[in-house]
Amino acid sequence: MARLTGAQMTLESLQREGVDTIFGYPGGVVLPLYDTLPQYPGIRHVLVRHEQGAAHMADGYARASGRMGVCLGTSGPGATNLVTGICTSWMDSTPVFALTGNVTRSLLGKDGFQEADITGITHSITKHNYLVMRPEEIPLSIREAAHICQTGRPGPVLVDIPKDVFQEEAEFDWTEQINLRGYKPTTEGHAGMIRRAAELINQATRPIIIAGHGVIWGDAHTELLELAEKADIPVITTFLGIGAFPESHDLSYGWLGMHGMFYANMAADQADLVIAIGMRFDDRAMGRFKDFNPGVKIIHIDIDPAEIGKNFPAAVPIVGNAKNVLPRLSDLTKEAEHQDWRSWIDQVREEHPSLHIRESRRMLPQYVVRTLYDETNGDATIVTGVGQHQMWAGQHYFYKRPRQLVTSGGLGTMGFELPAAIGAQVALPDAETWAICGDGGFQMTLQEMAVLVDENLPVKIAIFNNGYLGMIRQWQHLFYDRNLVDAAMTQPDFCKLADAYGIRAIRVETKAEVAPAIQEARAHKGPILLDFQIDQEENVWPMVPAGAALSETIEAPAEELAR
Amino acid sequence: MNPSANGSRARHAQHTVVAIVEDKPGVLMRVASLFRRRGFNIESLTVGYSEAPGLSRMTIVVDGASAPVEQVEKQLYKLIDVVKVTDLSNEDMVARELAMLKVRCNNVNRHELLDIANVFRADVVDIATNSIILQVVGDEDKIDGLVKMCEPYGIRELSRTGRIAMVRGAKTTTVHEPEPEKIAKFHATQGRRVEGELPFSSD
Ligand SMILES: Cc1ncc(C[n+]2csc(CCOP(=O)(O)OP(=O)(O)O)c2C)c(N)n1
Ligand SMILES: [Mg+2]
Repeated sequence: MARLTGAQMTLESLQREGVDTIFGYPGGVVLPLYDTLPQYPGIRHVLVRHEQGAAHMADGYARASGRMGVCLGTSGPGATNLVTGICTSWMDSTPVFALTGNVTRSLLGKDGFQEADITGITHSITKHNYLVMRPEEIPLSIREAAHICQTGRPGPVLVDIPKDVFQEEAEFDWTEQINLRGYKPTTEGHAGMIRRAAELINQATRPIIIAGHGVIWGDAHTELLELAEKADIPVITTFLGIGAFPESHDLSYGWLGMHGMFYANMAADQADLVIAIGMRFDDRAMGRFKDFNPGVKIIHIDIDPAEIGKNFPAAVPIVGNAKNVLPRLSDLTKEAEHQDWRSWIDQVREEHPSLHIRESRRMLPQYVVRTLYDETNGDATIVTGVGQHQMWAGQHYFYKRPRQLVTSGGLGTMGFELPAAIGAQVALPDAETWAICGDGGFQMTLQEMAVLVDENLPVKIAIFNNGYLGMIRQWQHLFYDRNLVDAAMTQPDFCKLADAYGIRAIRVETKAEVAPAIQEARAHKGPILLDFQIDQEENVWPMVPAGAALSETIEAPAEELAR
Repeated sequence: MNPSANGSRARHAQHTVVAIVEDKPGVLMRVASLFRRRGFNIESLTVGYSEAPGLSRMTIVVDGASAPVEQVEKQLYKLIDVVKVTDLSNEDMVARELAMLKVRCNNVNRHELLDIANVFRADVVDIATNSIILQVVGDEDKIDGLVKMCEPYGIRELSRTGRIAMVRGAKTTTVHEPEPEKIAKFHATQGRRVEGELPFSSD
């Protein structure tokens, strides 16, 4: 055993947990840690421009790669700036490890300069958090936190370390063993329940699979494919489940929810059996709970027992990891054909295509996404902000693999786009990474462009510039009698901004320029910004209005299609 | 916790849940904030050491109308520091509460109060010229009854502990899972304040 300072222990422990990157920002109480960083060349520190960016970068890193992302902030404002990012990761169950410094122990609880009770503040948005009061507690605190972060249903954790704990020396005692009496995720799935689920599947005439984020985090997409193909079950995903099932597959029927495909919503609403895998029956996905498909039977497979029965009663609850449960379920499932049922959905899709892009001389946002899809052969990693552009990116790009779409679903955090794309690019340096940004959301975190330059990351920034908080304009237009209040925004010249950061930029003003601009961006080695001056008035369709049921999905009104 | 003016509670469906939790700083806050966030109303919450070192036993009475007990249990289990949760609602249980009442009295009516205390098997734990402290143990109904009887004399102070409960017979809510020594040591100190004078440095 060696004697190390708390700062050394922290970095040593993180390294042993496989951490290769920290997204962080310095401050007084974490200076001992920064002082020690050069001793750990295996850990790359990415200096962000705002701690919110650090948390989103760690999240983007995690979502794109499946590995735990780490962010770091100083006490007080540094820590509170992380909160939006931690909550974003909490709502979408992604493994983000937040490390914060705090004031020296003798000042804790005395409102010391830059003291914030960050463990108290983050209780309800972390899986667990630690306030470490002794240097010798650091290794096991980090080990437990990393374990909790990445196992079971993943989620953010926070470890808070006072400044003098970083400075104090102690024996570094690394324990491989973890023993948490209060944390034993159930991963196997109950054999009897799996048998009952198979019986229901074998009897069903209109079964549908709803695949969620849990399929991606459970690394169960292959197992899902096997089950769907064997039993001939149509698959729809949730918004966060996009990529869990290849969208080019015959059995793929898109995704459901507020802006999901009409036929996906109808299929979910008309099924006699819903096989819900790694999803939590969110209101954005299910519409008005009370009127979702009355009479449907639900098989709910989830690693988190608290999700089962939370919003909908399950006929068969299965607590377990999709990766373990699905093969056992497939084994007991009979080969089947659901020709009638699939023809019915096919018919609905033919009559209500949802993803058809009308001919128009305008630069329709849908057209921009589809062109990006064509130009990138559907291979790029797409990272989005929140709003209309997010929905179009989900709809009009067709995803083939898990982790291909990185987006804030549960919290819906504007400003996620650029930093999350940076994190994704750091995690996968060779993946073509596009940040699809709202002109509003981009301005919440645009300072992170400096990180692209510092780290020479070839992220392609595509701003969907409609001069509006588009989703707000859409709601005011549809539900507030066109009373547009503060939805329009005077935008800066994004190209000049990029230029100021030393990033190349192209303003794209006509439809004809879209494809060439994308080609140029792809050919460019470094980061680049494309300012797409998209049609300003376009709305996202289909739509399940707030409080409506999936069966009440409405499609684009004729006058909008004639625009 | 919504005691009405006379210290008794509105009677409706309640769940009695026993949680075995790690004896660590912040556990009470985690549990309380979970209940607040999920909208589960706490009628009473009582916590103290248990038979196992390092573990505390919490008895929580939840307003049944505010929460399906199954969700309460599952959400509690999600807290890492919660080791075991048992719902006693459908068990044959012994439930008790302790209360202390400081009641106004004088030389004339003191004996009446002593009679009342006697009927409720309450103990007199303090006596002065113009007040008396009664201590009573029992289920909530019994305590409500005593409170009601004392009201006409003037209750100056009422303090109730909230319910603790055990299942009758051999069944327990105990956890039999000792931790490896090193980990037990870590969990025993984790997050606790360091004793003694600490160096001062301000940044
Ligand atoms: C941090 C934050 N604040 C407010 C909102 C509410 N909100 C949702 S979408 C939206 C408009 C987004 O505008 P923009 O980024 O330009 O995207 P667009 O809808 O125009 O594509 C707003 C304000 C939010 N989701 N996140
Ligand atoms: Mg906009």
